[in-house]
Amino acid sequence: MLFESVLITIATAATPLLLAAIGELVVERSGVLNLGVEGMMVMGAVCGFGAAALTGSPWLGVLAAVAAGSLFSLLFGFLTLSIATNQVATGLSLTLLGLGLSSMIGEAFVGSAGTKLPTLAAGLGAVPVVGPPLQNLLTNLAELPLIGRFLFGQDPIFYISILLVVGVAWFLFRTRAGLTLRSVGDNHASAHALGINVLGIRYLAVMFGGACAGLAGGHLSLVYTPQWVENMTAGRGWIALALVVFASWRPLRVLAGAYLFGAVTIGQLHAQAMGFGIPSQLLSAMPYLATILVLVLISRNRRLTLMNTPASLGQPFVPDR
Amino acid sequence: MSQVSAEGDPALLETRKLTKVFGAVTACDAIDLRIARGEIHALLGENGAGKSTLVKMLFGSLEPTAGEVLWKGTPTRIASPAEARRLGIGMVFQHFSLFEALTAAQNIALALPDRTPIATIAERARTLSTGYGLPLDPQSLVADLSVGERQRIEIIRCLLQEPELIILDEPTSVLTPQEADRLFETLLRLRGEGKSILYISHRLDEVKRICDAATVLRHGKVVAHCDPRDETAGSLARMMVGTEVHAIRRSDAPLLTGGEALLEINQLSRPPATPFAIPLRNVDLQVRAGEIVGIAGVAGNGQSELFEALSGETLQPDAAAIRIGGRDAGQLTISERRLLGSAFVPEERLGHGAAPRLRLSENLLLSRHRTDRNAFLGRLGIVFSGAIQLASQRITKSMDVRKSAADPEAAALSGGNLQKFIIGRELDRQPSVLVVNQPTWGVDAGAAARIRQALIELARNGSAVLVISQDLDELFEIADAIAVMHDGRLSAPLPRSEATFEAIGLLMGGAEPGHAGRAGEAA
Repeated sequence: MLFESVLITIATAATPLLLAAIGELVVERSGVLNLGVEGMMVMGAVCGFGAAALTGSPWLGVLAAVAAGSLFSLLFGFLTLSIATNQVATGLSLTLLGLGLSSMIGEAFVGSAGTKLPTLAAGLGAVPVVGPPLQNLLTNLAELPLIGRFLFGQDPIFYISILLVVGVAWFLFRTRAGLTLRSVGDNHASAHALGINVLGIRYLAVMFGGACAGLAGGHLSLVYTPQWVENMTAGRGWIALALVVFASWRPLRVLAGAYLFGAVTIGQLHAQAMGFGIPSQLLSAMPYLATILVLVLISRNRRLTLMNTPASLGQPFVPDR
Repeated sequence: MSQVSAEGDPALLETRKLTKVFGAVTACDAIDLRIARGEIHALLGENGAGKSTLVKMLFGSLEPTAGEVLWKGTPTRIASPAEARRLGIGMVFQHFSLFEALTAAQNIALALPDRTPIATIAERARTLSTGYGLPLDPQSLVADLSVGERQRIEIIRCLLQEPELIILDEPTSVLTPQEADRLFETLLRLRGEGKSILYISHRLDEVKRICDAATVLRHGKVVAHCDPRDETAGSLARMMVGTEVHAIRRSDAPLLTGGEALLEINQLSRPPATPFAIPLRNVDLQVRAGEIVGIAGVAGNGQSELFEALSGETLQPDAAAIRIGGRDAGQLTISERRLLGSAFVPEERLGHGAAPRLRLSENLLLSRHRTDRNAFLGRLGIVFSGAIQLASQRITKSMDVRKSAADPEAAALSGGNLQKFIIGRELDRQPSVLVVNQPTWGVDAGAAARIRQALIELARNGSAVLVISQDLDELFEIADAIAVMHDGRLSAPLPRSEATFEAIGLLMGGAEPGHAGRAGEAA
């Protein structure tokens, strides 16, 4: 089924963007601008791949990717929050450091065979007692026409990414903790005056963002193309950053943006294969143009955009005592 | 002291030798303060006297360097605002600690530590606000509310925490006289319920009206404890300032009537630049040679937008909407408007009126390089630092600017002295039109008197002066006519002989006939 496989390739292309973007969205909602997404992502990719290669377990690889991303973001958190360094400069150096460090760590893994993360159904099958019936159920559901495999036959990280979007939307707009996080991003001085632990909340947000970026990297090296290639994130961290801004810091728009980007990426690949006589460079640029265009259109309502913009984004907070 | 209670009954809050040192500056120097139960205690002092620092220590946002705080007689360390709140200390901030993008109820919920659902909080807020005569819609977005309504959120938020001591930091500086009256009723009622209030203000008539005791600070030290009801406004001012404040002299020379209109604003409208900005709606005004016109209004009703349109920070599509000296100026840039003989003093001194890290002489050159090109730059555009230094010295001398070095950075001056320099920089040109926004905001009484006197003299010499101010006393002191800005509209100017506090206050609240008031304000 062509339709079904195209749908799945789109999801595979969109998932790492979505993960990195939803993490960065939470970070930025707390008022911190972390431009190190690319660096955290590539660290997640190399550590995930390495752990899976060394232990033989792609599951441990996923855990390693998440841990690497969040530990790496902790470095950013320490610098920008505890020492109040410039967030832009620190984020950029985090990306550069991540790219360099990952090349060094990954040198041993270049060319080695990867371990692909099994689908959710296959993964469940390994769980004793309750696993096999669930696996059967999912395998049968995946036989549904058109969308069966898209909905029920994918890798676990895909499901995590969707759950994260829904979870983040619910957390930000339906819980007290989410309200507190948004208040810190809106006006950190006021939040501090009310006795809210501004730096503590920002640390947690930064680490959540790091974990998501790490997981996104893990998806690249364990699902998308199960191997390690230097700089394999190929600018996806920057796309994720742009998605957050264009989506005006709203989770469901990030979801739409990531899938749109994925769809146009896959679409232009097919168009190139068919050879329409359009320069391939132009086609390769299509996803970027399309995403920018659509997101600009949906964020035309200026009032709504400004209401959603974290007002203290990027400003260091130093409480005076 | 009148508030000293019987032996064995400790004050609600007492400080002993409370001190806060910032680097080389002692902001609070061994402060003794004693607030009894059920009293409204005034904390008086000029800007920079240490009032805010003291209060921040009481509310746990600053750590004292030395000294101790006694809460109900027990030495207590107030480590954080949350800690202060647990003890029973509530605070209503001067610069509101609200979140614009959130609703009133969400803002209130953020200050309450428990897990009460927001719907319950909204309901309690609604009940409490009606009970105290402070109507408030919990679902409204803070960005859409007037300053008075925002303050209500702060007060309700504070009351919901059931504090025993409420700290109010300059609560009336943003209110219309009528809103202030309503606030006083609420405060007296709270006192009747046995709560104590620490009331920070430099408005002496208010303090005399509602406070039972006062502590006066000057340069970080306590200079007096007194009962404000036994004092006059003059004696309180002497305690605060340390010297007699000179009254403004208005020359008795008759006003030049029918002078030429040097500044004309014709049907000036401007759409809001951000969701939180106020649009200007058909503003009309004329300022004639020899007169001072004042624009009163609660902050955030379009005054800043009007100033930006006048100064040329934003251009007008209709060039005739603003006319300076009889020429259409709506499309001219700031420098071009200055070349027509006008001068502008913005509200924000650092970053707008002056570049903080540049020296005074450099700031002088920055604002006058076009108007004084011949004197400061010459044909070749080479900076004549000698001429600029001389002009700078002339300004500091004539305005009595006190500075630590010969030519310090702007940021090194105190607010009042920098303001004197910025106003002096414009007056030195003898502009035919001067527009000034909040001329004495945050300026001490001595410097304020000096600035007001200079404005009056400029007008008497035949210039048109437009003063935008939130300080009604100031406008009544210097203006020949007062117009009121509300919700982006400007009322017709009232001659000072006809203007009363009540009339202006009503206009500030939006009470003009046929004038759509803000929702909730009418109740």
